[in-house]
Amino acid sequence: MEPIVRLVGITKRFPGVLANDGIDLEITPGTIHALLGENGAGKTTLMNILYGLYQPDSGEVFIRGQKVRVTDPNVAIRRGIGMVHQHFMLIPPFTVAENIVLGSEPRRGVSLDLKRAVAAVEELSARYGLKVDPLARVESISVGMQQRVEILKALYRGAEVLILDEPTAVLTPQEVRELKVILDSLAAQGKAIIFITHKLKEIMAMAQVVTVIRRGRVVKTLPTSETTPAELASLMVGREVILEVEKGPSRPGEEVLRLENVTANNNRRLPALRGVDLTVRRGEILGIAGVDGNGQSELVEVLTGLRPATGGRVFLKGKEVTRTRTRQRIRAGLGHIPEDRHKRGLILDFSVAENLILATYDRRPFASGINLNQGEVRKHAERLVREFDVRTPSTETAARSLSGGNQQKVIVAREIDRDPDVLIAAQPTRGLDVGAIEFVHERLVAERDRGKAVLLVSFELDEILSLSDRIAVMYEGRVVAVLPAGEASEDILGLLMSGAARSADEARAAVEGGNRVG
Amino acid sequence: MLAERERAFRPFRLEGLERLWIAFAAVMLALFLGAGFILWAGKSPLVGYQALWQGSFGSLQNFAELTVSMTPLVFTGLSIAVAYRAGLFNIGAEGQFIVGQIAGAWAGAASVFTGWPMWAHLPVTLLAGFLAGGLWAAVPGLLKAYRGVHEVINTIMMNWIALYFTHWLVMGPLRADPIVPRTKDILPSAMLWRFLLPSRANLGIVVALLVALAVWYLMWKTTVGYGIRAVGYNPSAAEYAGIPVARHLLLAMIISGGLAGLGGAVWVSGVQLKFLDIFTFTGYGFDGIAVALLGNNHPLGVVGGAFLFGIFARGAQLMQSVADIPKEIISVVTAVVIILVAADQIIRGLGRRRSSRRAKEVAAHV
Repeated sequence: MEPIVRLVGITKRFPGVLANDGIDLEITPGTIHALLGENGAGKTTLMNILYGLYQPDSGEVFIRGQKVRVTDPNVAIRRGIGMVHQHFMLIPPFTVAENIVLGSEPRRGVSLDLKRAVAAVEELSARYGLKVDPLARVESISVGMQQRVEILKALYRGAEVLILDEPTAVLTPQEVRELKVILDSLAAQGKAIIFITHKLKEIMAMAQVVTVIRRGRVVKTLPTSETTPAELASLMVGREVILEVEKGPSRPGEEVLRLENVTANNNRRLPALRGVDLTVRRGEILGIAGVDGNGQSELVEVLTGLRPATGGRVFLKGKEVTRTRTRQRIRAGLGHIPEDRHKRGLILDFSVAENLILATYDRRPFASGINLNQGEVRKHAERLVREFDVRTPSTETAARSLSGGNQQKVIVAREIDRDPDVLIAAQPTRGLDVGAIEFVHERLVAERDRGKAVLLVSFELDEILSLSDRIAVMYEGRVVAVLPAGEASEDILGLLMSGAARSADEARAAVEGGNRVG
Repeated sequence: MLAERERAFRPFRLEGLERLWIAFAAVMLALFLGAGFILWAGKSPLVGYQALWQGSFGSLQNFAELTVSMTPLVFTGLSIAVAYRAGLFNIGAEGQFIVGQIAGAWAGAASVFTGWPMWAHLPVTLLAGFLAGGLWAAVPGLLKAYRGVHEVINTIMMNWIALYFTHWLVMGPLRADPIVPRTKDILPSAMLWRFLLPSRANLGIVVALLVALAVWYLMWKTTVGYGIRAVGYNPSAAEYAGIPVARHLLLAMIISGGLAGLGGAVWVSGVQLKFLDIFTFTGYGFDGIAVALLGNNHPLGVVGGAFLFGIFARGAQLMQSVADIPKEIISVVTAVVIILVAADQIIRGLGRRRSSRRAKEVAAHV
């Protein structure tokens, strides 16, 4: 079939970086085409060129065989190209329908014709099987739903080519499956879909064609049916990658973290934790599995003192800390890799060096009296940057200008270097590329082997299964089961996470029963 | 945006030079537009701007007076800059300046201090101003830090309370003159040394520059400043790291108010030598907002901004009296400078359209 989009020799240079280096790419209607590459490989730059956000230094863009100068996104939209950005561009207090028609609203006189807008949205949503409530406010719907709104927005503007930048980064496993159904049906109706990601499994499941980009160049384009995750990983990184985490058996020691019947509310003051009991021992990784929104974030916040418990007790190394402040818990030996590194983990406008002393800036050796010891701060930063291989021009560089993986390394370095007895890692690899994930995983296992207790919260079942020694499953604010990693499987955890099974035994029975039937 | 500013205004960096160029270009452009207005008013811009220049640099006496008019602006500018670094918008520097004045006037004249040597009495007088301003700002500070009440509303209201409270004090308990609403003259031991007489130049400018240096040190070289800036940039991350957010908000507000109050006391000690009730705001607190903006909320920049506003303030009077040009022209020029600095993209865009677009792409890329 004729390609709908053809990019020829696209080159884009930024100071010090050759982001795209003579890239050729062909996109055919009716296919889902994945762009795979590490963070900073140039995938997003390339798509921003196609969408008109950047101008290439050289190279040509052909749309339906016609050479086009895409000077800005309006040109791209007129030519049938739509883009769903990683961070959604929606207006939270507006309704779904209002968001979708925004910018090309049906009007009645000077006012918005809401009836026609709703009708248009309903028609679109029926045609492509994207169910949405046109009158719901965007701020009150789930992230997965917001993504559908973004896709509908592009379709409403007549997109024939849909670019999705890291569409699964914010989704739960269930929502990822729903997205796959949506993309399949769009492709079946002849849309071309370009799908930027660095998750290998998703590519294998969702895409028909994959183009691997490394350091601004196309390494290879191949059908997913003729490749394996391992091959894609090594093409992407440029070396052999160990997808499995290497770790020996755990040697659990004394109990260092205990929760007794802990309850807490969420931001809307509704119960989020409904009586959580949990213990974590030295020398083990306890993984918390669960679908996003079942109390994991609140649990981490209660543990770290960022959210008050409404009941129950929390013990750190045998001492009750339920009512103590964050600072006291940090000093008592708690480390925390937060789930949102931009909101909690870093002060983006501070330098790398300043970020590395965030929890210890007022203590020796960094402070004497109220004076900051600049020399110590710098030495500390230089040491950690070296030890944790943070790629940064200097320790004085603002954290904002680092890549996601390197930002996460700064956080991991800071938290591990404080030598905490309990390390809470919430979504520690979200949005990271393969190389950085490997690094974070190795570090967490190393901490375990040094006799630290690690509490890992993740929505990625693979990560939970490959790292944990024991797995606790959270469902609706409770820990419904705790089981040794050896006895857990994706099926068992899936049943527990969805509430279909109420205990590990029930889940096991259901899985075995299912096997017998199957 | 904020990131750009932060990086730009660590001193002695290349980006600092860019900021300086923007400020300079803004002033030049504003003067150029001002010239248009002067022509429109049927006068000669050359004569007008000569008067503007003369007002501050025409003679040593004029330059001495420039140091006088810029001094309070340094203090109020620093006050707003410190609050801004904590993420707070202190509109109350005006009121804090006023209560600083009355506290300085009281401490400078109070009979309990009669006979005290200058090395003791002068610092006490200035400290009184700092404390009064700090206390004044602590009220909105407390409400903001522990109750989440927006500081803009409360600092504005505190301005009016300061105005009428001092008015009552001067009319009542502290009244020293049956006709003029004023307090007693301060004692000689509470006065800042004057030089270059007959101008009103005094050691206040030196105090101001030293305080600017101290604020720079506090904000960038101490744990206190680290905490304040951390809270200002990202309160969530500060909270996560165990930095007490509310306490730092309050502290920043107190320091901010204290600086404005100190400015008030320095004004009394060096220039007015008493509190003179003028029944209205001095304007220093409000001009301080513009000074801080022009100086990018950095102590060094604030000094520069105060210098420029000092020139404009003096020039406005002289242009009116010597060149018969309405002094409002200078208000227009000042306003244009503020707009251009606030919307610095306008200047970045001038003659550099392509490279600025490129700069944005780069920023988005990294």
